[in-house]
Amino acid sequence: MQYVVVGAGPAGVVAAETLRKVDPAGAVTLIGGEPEPPYSRMAIPYMLTGKVGEDGTHLRPAAGHYDARGITVINDRVARVDPATKTVVTESGASHAYDRLLLATGSHPVRPPVPGLDLPGVHHCWTLADARAIAEKATEGRHVVQMGAGFIGCIIMESLWERGVKLSVIETADRMVPRMMDTRGGAMIKQWCANKDIDVHTSASVTAVEPNPAGPGDKLVRLSDGTGIDADLVVVATGVHAYTEFLDGTGIQVDRGIVVDDHMRTTVPDIYAAGDCAQGRDFSTGGYDVHAIQPTAVEHGRTAAMNMAGIDVAYQGSLIMNVLDTVGLITCSFGRWDGVPGGDTARVVDEGAYRYMCLQFDGDVLVGALSLGRTDHMGVVRGLIQNRTRLGPWKQRLMEDPNRVMDAYVSLSQVAGT
Amino acid sequence: MQKSLHIDPGKCTGCLQCEMACSYDNEGAFNPSKSRIKVFAFHDEGRFVPYTCTQCDEAWCMQACPVDAISVDAATGAKVVSDARCVGCKVCTIACPFGTINYNADTGKVVKCDLCEGDPACATACPTDAITFIDANWTGLERMRAWAAKTDSGAQASA
Amino acid sequence: MAWARNVLRVNLTAGTCTNEPLNMDWAMKYLGQRGLATKYLYEEIDPKVDPLSPDNKLIMTTGPLTGTMASTAGRYSVVTKGALTGAIACSNSGGFFGNEMKNAGYDMIIFEGKAPKPVYLLVQDDSAQLVDAAGFWGKSVWDTEEGIKAKHGDPQIRVASIGISGEKGCKFACVVNDMHRAAGRSGVGTVMGSKNLKAVAIRGTKGVKVEDFAAFAQVTNAAKAVLAENAVTGQGLPAFGTQVLMNVINEMGALPTRNFRDIQFEGAKDISAEAMAEPRRSDGKPNLVRNGACFGCTIACGRVSTIDRTHFSVAERPEYHKASGGLEYEAAWALGAATGVNDLDALTFANFLCNEQGMDPITFGTTLGAAMDMYEEGVLTTAQTGMPLTFGSAEALVKMVELTGKGEGFGVELGLGSKRLCEKYGRPELSMSVKGQEFPAYDGRGIQGMALTYATSNRGACHLRSYTVASEVLGIPEKTDPLVTDGKAGLVKAFQDATAAVDSAGICVFTTFAWTLDDIAPQIDAACEGNWTSEYLLEVGERIWNLERQFNMKAGFTGADDTLPKRLLKDAAKTGPATGKVAELDKMLPEYYELRGWTPDGTPSNETLSRLGV
Repeated sequence: MQYVVVGAGPAGVVAAETLRKVDPAGAVTLIGGEPEPPYSRMAIPYMLTGKVGEDGTHLRPAAGHYDARGITVINDRVARVDPATKTVVTESGASHAYDRLLLATGSHPVRPPVPGLDLPGVHHCWTLADARAIAEKATEGRHVVQMGAGFIGCIIMESLWERGVKLSVIETADRMVPRMMDTRGGAMIKQWCANKDIDVHTSASVTAVEPNPAGPGDKLVRLSDGTGIDADLVVVATGVHAYTEFLDGTGIQVDRGIVVDDHMRTTVPDIYAAGDCAQGRDFSTGGYDVHAIQPTAVEHGRTAAMNMAGIDVAYQGSLIMNVLDTVGLITCSFGRWDGVPGGDTARVVDEGAYRYMCLQFDGDVLVGALSLGRTDHMGVVRGLIQNRTRLGPWKQRLMEDPNRVMDAYVSLSQVAGT
Repeated sequence: MQKSLHIDPGKCTGCLQCEMACSYDNEGAFNPSKSRIKVFAFHDEGRFVPYTCTQCDEAWCMQACPVDAISVDAATGAKVVSDARCVGCKVCTIACPFGTINYNADTGKVVKCDLCEGDPACATACPTDAITFIDANWTGLERMRAWAAKTDSGAQASA
Repeated sequence: MAWARNVLRVNLTAGTCTNEPLNMDWAMKYLGQRGLATKYLYEEIDPKVDPLSPDNKLIMTTGPLTGTMASTAGRYSVVTKGALTGAIACSNSGGFFGNEMKNAGYDMIIFEGKAPKPVYLLVQDDSAQLVDAAGFWGKSVWDTEEGIKAKHGDPQIRVASIGISGEKGCKFACVVNDMHRAAGRSGVGTVMGSKNLKAVAIRGTKGVKVEDFAAFAQVTNAAKAVLAENAVTGQGLPAFGTQVLMNVINEMGALPTRNFRDIQFEGAKDISAEAMAEPRRSDGKPNLVRNGACFGCTIACGRVSTIDRTHFSVAERPEYHKASGGLEYEAAWALGAATGVNDLDALTFANFLCNEQGMDPITFGTTLGAAMDMYEEGVLTTAQTGMPLTFGSAEALVKMVELTGKGEGFGVELGLGSKRLCEKYGRPELSMSVKGQEFPAYDGRGIQGMALTYATSNRGACHLRSYTVASEVLGIPEKTDPLVTDGKAGLVKAFQDATAAVDSAGICVFTTFAWTLDDIAPQIDAACEGNWTSEYLLEVGERIWNLERQFNMKAGFTGADDTLPKRLLKDAAKTGPATGKVAELDKMLPEYYELRGWTPDGTPSNETLSRLGV
């Protein structure tokens, strides 16, 4: 059996490893589109701060990891897929035949239609190559403008801030991290950033980036309200979308991501998809959506690989969840943090102390949560949501004090029935 | 035979000797806030429940780690965090459905129970045998395992 | 190490919080907690000050062992000039608050002045701030503790607070931490209330270190083994709590009953540890749910109890159907024997209420006993009290504990404590107190050493200043005859000095059922710098005792206050082994003064003071 995995991020690597484990005789080829060993994009910000070196971003640091498992790693970008001949053709012209193909190509950054983004010193922060370029320019005292204060933007922001740059952040939405934080939480993050001397503009957009030889900084970032902000470096973090362009004409259906069923099968036989490029099953809604997070990538990768190898595994769906450290302020979001119709909401906020906790219930079942300023035992929120635990008397206690979520979990899992 | 921590909440008096022992072993100071085992007190019911990682087979934390910083200690079966590799991204802390891997802001790393290389300080310190370290098949971890299985999103059971 | 070497000074008048280094010279002489805080208080206030004036100070203090793995090492004390007594007050509490304070990096928090409006102190490691307590003033201890945790979104915050009684000036208000652990006696909560300080909320994450961990681990483990193997600390206290004493003390004829009219209580068995374990008719469950420990305690004598849901006190009040802190011996005695009430559920309810509103159950129960005495004598009437206050009335106990807790009705009068109450109604001799503080649960006629203990106690009548019961009843360290006065002066002095040292270390005095100073000294020595031997600890204890005495002398007390109520000195025990006995204080006190190196009128001599470096 010939397995080809396209994409060397977490979904691809886990899939390749799982294929090896469950089908020892199969041939496994892992094709990565960048000239690097398989690495974790998530770790790039930590490389920028110097917390780890480049090797600290590698998904599998052990020497010979892939060779030892008989996984062939190829660094080449896939140009097209031909389902009729069951081959994958790379940009170098090589052709790889497959019996089963996994698409784990992740996503790539969106470049908004703003004049001047082709100037030197304007970068995405997506690849190791981007990171190297940013690290070179983002030195202490330099003016940096970051476009976008979404999830990825906030992570990058921290690493830029730690490098001591003069940082401005521009977000078109009315708050920071709008897709994982409500209005109140977003405002608290903004205030936190302001206290750290980060200049955050929300409900603002960049209309142009202009050369500005007079300085300071060689560029001027022009905002919709006419404000101009000096910049040596512009980092574009305005969002990503599933990397699927090379699939045009294959008949593989693409919506927000590659459409898959609960076995991670695409609409074309013997082709599967996993990770950030896949529109997989959503635990909370029962529908299908793109959940571009590490745990989902791993689950997708493993589920897809098992099905590719002929082991029937139905995927129950991923729970969207995020944890974010915005210059030291830690926030989490889980599932239906924005609530469900007819459900109850419990909130407690201490703005001065930067603590906020919000739980969303459907009946006496937890379906979503937001937290700000706490890190302890937050995983149990996942446990409670994904087990669909009936909270019983704890529902009311959590309505009164949502911070007692760990008490609820321990009581329900360890005490009941003892 | 690998051993596991066995916890009997019925015997726990809530004294927190385990938390002190754990924190001393790992942090070099008596500091319950840094303990990897926590005793939860349910005042209204008169119950004390020590709680820590069960080293579950699913190893949610290990699976979720983007930089391979968590590995299995072959001798003890413990899932162990490598401080050298952990970047502090905290994804494991939300991925573990038991809430037993946590972020330490002082070090910028995550911490979890590592079974003290096979001689858990909490079990040694417990004055009432509420925490013991015994052969794994005696520990009755079925209850927690049942929870682990329920959280499973379908991909892990047979891999 | 072991000490955090850091003091937080809170000026409530100015609203400021400042750090200063711990005076280590004093620490080497007074160890910590009781001794060291008394030294600070002695140096910083005029002992003549009105306890409720802004010029009084209130100190929360840990010991060097607090927060370490030594068994029971979670203690803290509240040291101030007592509102009930006007004497030096040092009330010691367990629970978890003390460790939290130490882990936040403080040996001591000194409160001075008076806040212009109610506040609470919020400490999160290095951050300390006074917060408006408007939302909590007028709330019980229980609501305050839960409310503060919820408000700050952190269930792990530990809180010490006062209830409504402390706000309203009840003279025996406690500082209650962890829902049902209290710095109970002498009105330390009243002082806190007078300062408009509702609560202290702490989250500590800094850690506590010891000087030599290897040595410390070895000696603390050995000491834990001693506790585990001892019959009292290893079996009696965990199983029965201090309530193990109820039937024992009653049988030996030393259980003061109905305001000390009697010395044995016919209802003792109904309110004993055995009764707490008996399944009740309504639901088949016993009063006692289980035992619970304070921080670091390997004994775990604490009681967790429930009230019978069909009992009249709570039948319509489901909020009291939850488990909470159950009866300790002293509370069971004061709420029960001292009032003649043998209704276990009524006692448990009264105990819950004392915790909820922050009142000392010993002084409350004995004051109610004195009021009942006056009621039975016709001095008080139903018109004044609002209901019959007959000995043995559970209804009266339940009603009065609520009124006193909230400072309403006749509860305002009871809140004066027995001394002021009995003086007010012209019967001062019916107050069973010394220096304004009521006796606890041992009758000096049946246990002679306790007569001297009460008379000479620096904080007013107290069993915990020299618990000669250990020797006279339990044979620790060796058995002495409770009805004999010979040797008791020396016994009392030895217990007083040793206990002062124990109370300054951060550990629980209950360890001394099993530990001697030879078990304790090595633990301090391994944890702390300096050379801490048993002999030196005794010297430290004696120094502390004399310093406390000096405080009281300067506050206006004299040897004439080292006495007992007439009832103990004149009215002989009517039943039991002590029949015919009175408290023979006069046979012990002169010898005691002599052993102390005090003048015959009870004044510490200059020679003694200079020998001890006071």
